[in-house]
Amino acid sequence: MPSTLYDKLWESHKIHDLDKDEALIYIDKHLINEVTSPQAFAGMRAKSRKVWSESSIVATADHNTPTTDPEAGVSDDLARAQIDALDDNLKSLTGAEYYPYPSNEQGIVHVIGPELGITQPGLTIVCGDSHTSTHGAFSALAFGIGTSDVEHVLATQTLALKKSKNYRISVSGCLPAGVYAKDLALHVIKRIGTAGATGHVIEFTGEAVRALSMEARMTLCNMAIEAGARTGLVGVDETTLEYLKDRPKSPSQGLWPEAVHYWTSLNTDEGALFHKSLALDAGEVVPLVTWGTSPEMVVSVTDVVPNPGLIDDPIRRAGFERALTYMGLEPGQRMQDLRLDKVFIGSCTNSRIEDLRIVADLVKGCRIAEHLKQALIVPGSGAVKRQAEKEGLDKIFIEAGFEWRRPGCSMCLGMNEDRLLPGERCASTSNRNFEGRQGQGGRSHLMSPAMAAVSALNGLITDVREYL
Amino acid sequence: MESSVSVTGQAAVLDRSNVDTDAILPKQFMKSVKRTGFGQFAFDEWRYLDAGILGMDCSKRQLNPDFELNQRKYQNASILFTRENFGCGSSREHAPWALSELGFRAIIAISFADIFERNCIKNGIIPITLSASEVDRLMFLVRTSERFIVVVDLAEGLICPQKGEAISFDMNESARKKLLRGGDEIEYTLGFYDEIKEFEERRRQRLPWLSGQ
Ligand code: SF4
Repeated sequence: MPSTLYDKLWESHKIHDLDKDEALIYIDKHLINEVTSPQAFAGMRAKSRKVWSESSIVATADHNTPTTDPEAGVSDDLARAQIDALDDNLKSLTGAEYYPYPSNEQGIVHVIGPELGITQPGLTIVCGDSHTSTHGAFSALAFGIGTSDVEHVLATQTLALKKSKNYRISVSGCLPAGVYAKDLALHVIKRIGTAGATGHVIEFTGEAVRALSMEARMTLCNMAIEAGARTGLVGVDETTLEYLKDRPKSPSQGLWPEAVHYWTSLNTDEGALFHKSLALDAGEVVPLVTWGTSPEMVVSVTDVVPNPGLIDDPIRRAGFERALTYMGLEPGQRMQDLRLDKVFIGSCTNSRIEDLRIVADLVKGCRIAEHLKQALIVPGSGAVKRQAEKEGLDKIFIEAGFEWRRPGCSMCLGMNEDRLLPGERCASTSNRNFEGRQGQGGRSHLMSPAMAAVSALNGLITDVREYL
Repeated sequence: MESSVSVTGQAAVLDRSNVDTDAILPKQFMKSVKRTGFGQFAFDEWRYLDAGILGMDCSKRQLNPDFELNQRKYQNASILFTRENFGCGSSREHAPWALSELGFRAIIAISFADIFERNCIKNGIIPITLSASEVDRLMFLVRTSERFIVVVDLAEGLICPQKGEAISFDMNESARKKLLRGGDEIEYTLGFYDEIKEFEERRRQRLPWLSGQ
């Protein structure tokens, strides 16, 4: 019977059928961060359990690490304690790959995995972080788990899982100028809602997806979780192989042909059945920007803030009204008139080198708006930072008035010092505009790096197409 | 984890859709390395008028009178009624830890986000989905009663409100079994030790480039 890519990944990791709807699944790679792992290690110690496979572990501190000069140390005692706990927990695991703060390779775990070639097609990858879906761009079955599951994987290298359903989103045509993978992701969420893919794994297909670089595919899969999906997937093709070639952890030359042979089988078979399908035309996607407190509260940048009065469903209407109050907006206000206090370019959605190149192209030789309190650019990893500096992008950013920081999650969730203050409005390339996400009382508008760049120059939410 | 056969208790209503885990437990409290101490910070930014900091004494903080779960009649509630896509967003298990500490043993919603639902089961919180019309009806009853007791019978798959007929609910078998069984899931999985080892060995032979990584 023809199978989907997800079916293949599932079957190839199935150890045992536990129930009619559940199986024991083998986990190849376990990414670990400082925030969601301490309780799992404590649980292991309490039961005197041993880690099943040290070599499956890739660990780094990213969520609450400072992005300023590491010489200054970590001033927040609580953050320091979590970073120290990770150091301690990894100390005895000599088989694990560990990129401690503030080492050269440290950064957002979802940026590090792919760039080092740790993320490979056909693997199961988990992490105590929902944006693990990012790695699905490589045909890896990658998803976020809670801390009890982190402990379960540490102890058994498996998870007892219920199989998800298959959802195909095929995108024909090509994205217009000024429209990026981030807009496509928001377009999907606008279309199906933040619960639209609950219980499903989304496979992105079609010529518009095939035309995306690996970095853009990562942006797309990263946001699949924002559509409620367990994860996102893109089948292996030449773009995948090209990216993986010569990465530090990629298969050696001798084993490369064999690996490629297997990897290229990781595509959905002709005629495979999906529980749900959606066909989109990339040509219809426009630059999008969120106005509210959920990624589905999103409009075209040329649009106005929607009027909840026009919504019939009372619950949805109340949700819209609450979001407007929180965001300090009135129905009918033009998105492009919204004045910004801060700009954040970073996060596992949009902090890779291609994102930074797009930003640099747009801001080169310009200055950010006078009234901005802060415009941060936070590279996703040490390697991204070094590459950007090699290309001179850092100078462009600094000359334009941006702050060029060290890698980490930073203002994506504001667990370190980088955050919004109550009432501050921010153009952000991250993935969540939830209440308080970027700082208590902060107001986030999600958008592509290109839109964030021109919005920084203007100090207002701005349509990037005017700058092309 | 204790087994959760049935829950009897006061019901409470949180009448919102898309309640995310950042709202259930804001990130400033995730800096703890413990599994406990989160209950007092559950819904912190909605529940209190001042800004919360990990380690502070919440008993003296000013409660937000407009937050529905702050109503006196909900103070000892153990069953939460809410709407669609509850627990969306971050995978943080700190959210169900906080809800559990706040006393919730069952959550009845129109739908749940995947990771959150799984994290609930891991912590003995029973996640139940009902249709929108049933949730509407029950929410109305809870809101308009001074005290509204509900019995959730997991073994029978029944919700018995103090007024009206029992409602049956569906739950996938493996989730139900896990909740009924309770106990140490890792211990249970380690029962498959040999099978896991054999699988690993086969995988290593079939995909040789994975070895030594
Ligand atoms: S960058 Fe943001 S979304 Fe990504 S892992 Fe860090 S906190 Fe999570």
